[in-house]
Amino acid sequence: MAEMMTLIGGRSSKQGTSLCAGKLGAEYLQIASTVEMNVEDMARLGLSNDSKVRLRTPVGETVLRCKGRATKDLPPGLLFMAYGPFSSELMAGDTAATGMPISKNLDVEVEPVIDGAPESGEPHHG
Amino acid sequence: MGDNIRVVADATCTFCGCVCDDMVLTVDLDQKRITKSENACVLGKAWFKEHAIEERPFALVDGREATTAEGVEAAAQILANARFPVVYGLSDTTCEAQRVAVAIADMVGGCLDTTTSVCHGPTGIAFQAGGESTASLGEIKNRADLVVFWGGNPAEAHPRLFTRYAVTAKGMYTPNGRKDRTIVLVDVRRTPSTPVADIFLQVKPRTDFEVLWALRALVKGRKIDPSIEQRTGISLAVLEDLVDRMKRCRYGALLFGMGLTMNRGRHFNAGAILALATDLNEFTHFVAKPVRGHGNVTGADNVVSWQTGFPFGVNFSRGYPRFNPGEFTTADLLSRGDVDAALIIASDPASNFPKAAIEHLKRIPVINLDPKLTHTGQLARVSFTTATYGINVPGTVYRMDDVPITLRPAFDSPYPSDEQVLSAIRDRVRELLGGNRVPAGDPLAGVAVS
Repeated sequence: MAEMMTLIGGRSSKQGTSLCAGKLGAEYLQIASTVEMNVEDMARLGLSNDSKVRLRTPVGETVLRCKGRATKDLPPGLLFMAYGPFSSELMAGDTAATGMPISKNLDVEVEPVIDGAPESGEPHHG
Repeated sequence: MGDNIRVVADATCTFCGCVCDDMVLTVDLDQKRITKSENACVLGKAWFKEHAIEERPFALVDGREATTAEGVEAAAQILANARFPVVYGLSDTTCEAQRVAVAIADMVGGCLDTTTSVCHGPTGIAFQAGGESTASLGEIKNRADLVVFWGGNPAEAHPRLFTRYAVTAKGMYTPNGRKDRTIVLVDVRRTPSTPVADIFLQVKPRTDFEVLWALRALVKGRKIDPSIEQRTGISLAVLEDLVDRMKRCRYGALLFGMGLTMNRGRHFNAGAILALATDLNEFTHFVAKPVRGHGNVTGADNVVSWQTGFPFGVNFSRGYPRFNPGEFTTADLLSRGDVDAALIIASDPASNFPKAAIEHLKRIPVINLDPKLTHTGQLARVSFTTATYGINVPGTVYRMDDVPITLRPAFDSPYPSDEQVLSAIRDRVRELLGGNRVPAGDPLAGVAVS
């Protein structure tokens, strides 16, 4: 039941404050391993807040917890997550001769996780 | 709190590119920590609170605790023996340290790159193509009556940009602050910045260039097909209204973020918004500025430009600097597996670079300087704990508008500064190599001149 969506990486206030405490800390890893998703998309995929979801691109995949956002804030088909080690798993190295890899508007395959796979932010992955 | 308290007025926060220099810090000198940071935003408060002195080894070499001197020796050996190293990072350290890093890259004949390449590097490329209609933040505060934020979320990334300079701040010709300004926000999603705006344009993903080019056409009086709305999500009427406001304003400012540069189109997007500002100067005064992330990423651009002539993505293999984004930029060098060693200062590519680049970092010897243990520090062969710039270390940083600001540190650190560690590495590499690996030569030697 995988669907293609568009992932935007970015900064958030909590990401900024938690990285001051340390990027290896539990709070930062939890924030960096959360993906925001449109609530209608979540309902269609059978997801609720804190459900695990796998994001996959041609270069890699990561398992994240999802958090619902209203349609007026985050349109259907769009995902947002804070930059961090888990968004890196999805980024391709090609920069089209600019030096800049694409980290916004990535095409990602989104799939609910039903096999109990550990999410990427859990300590043994950290 | 102990009795040994010091208050540091006009201190500088180096968390983000706003580099706010009106901090009033209360410092517990016995505990070596900042207990209060007046005027700081939520990010600044966390920055000051969390940078107390931690009990960490001065250095780790192959995972074993070491002295700074032992770390310097190990680092110098790596750099002197590498055939194609890269020096990278530099956005969270002083200009004084950045200058030494440039010297090391020059000496070893390697590559020199900063976090600009994965931030506003495309904007730097666009500057070279089309120039920049620029201003200081003070000018924007005092004069701008129309401010357009494009592809950014300052409320979460640069909170005081709104209050100190561009939205609510009261200036010479904006005495009523917010009431004297029209605020426009352009983004693909609603963020905490959205409520600040009078006008919000929610563009469809990957259509910023089309919207900017349509605005340019309308500014020049060209016709745009109403189907622009299906393509971009923004109706022609909204675009026409915005163009009308931009032409009629007294002083306009376009402040743009990485929604343009990290997106498909990269330097074309940045070039389009810079060109829009240039176009609008036929009608009124308009400026365009990139909103910069790290505390001294702008300083890195300045220092690397002074020293090499180029802002980032520089190579010294021929004994003189060459600039080529895509070839000498770190994401490319690592993802392709080109470099055989990396000196990484005050940044954490292991937590934000592409997967292939991080995998290569795990294969090569990495030297890392950072006040905190990071993902990059974890994989480094040599890892130095350094003092925090602005809190423990004096020096110079550049605000996002290229204004240099002097740091007023709050308390001493037992750890050396980045500049001190880099200077020791530079001196030892010089001993090992006997000078520059590639002697400086005449760049035109051997080139036929007709």
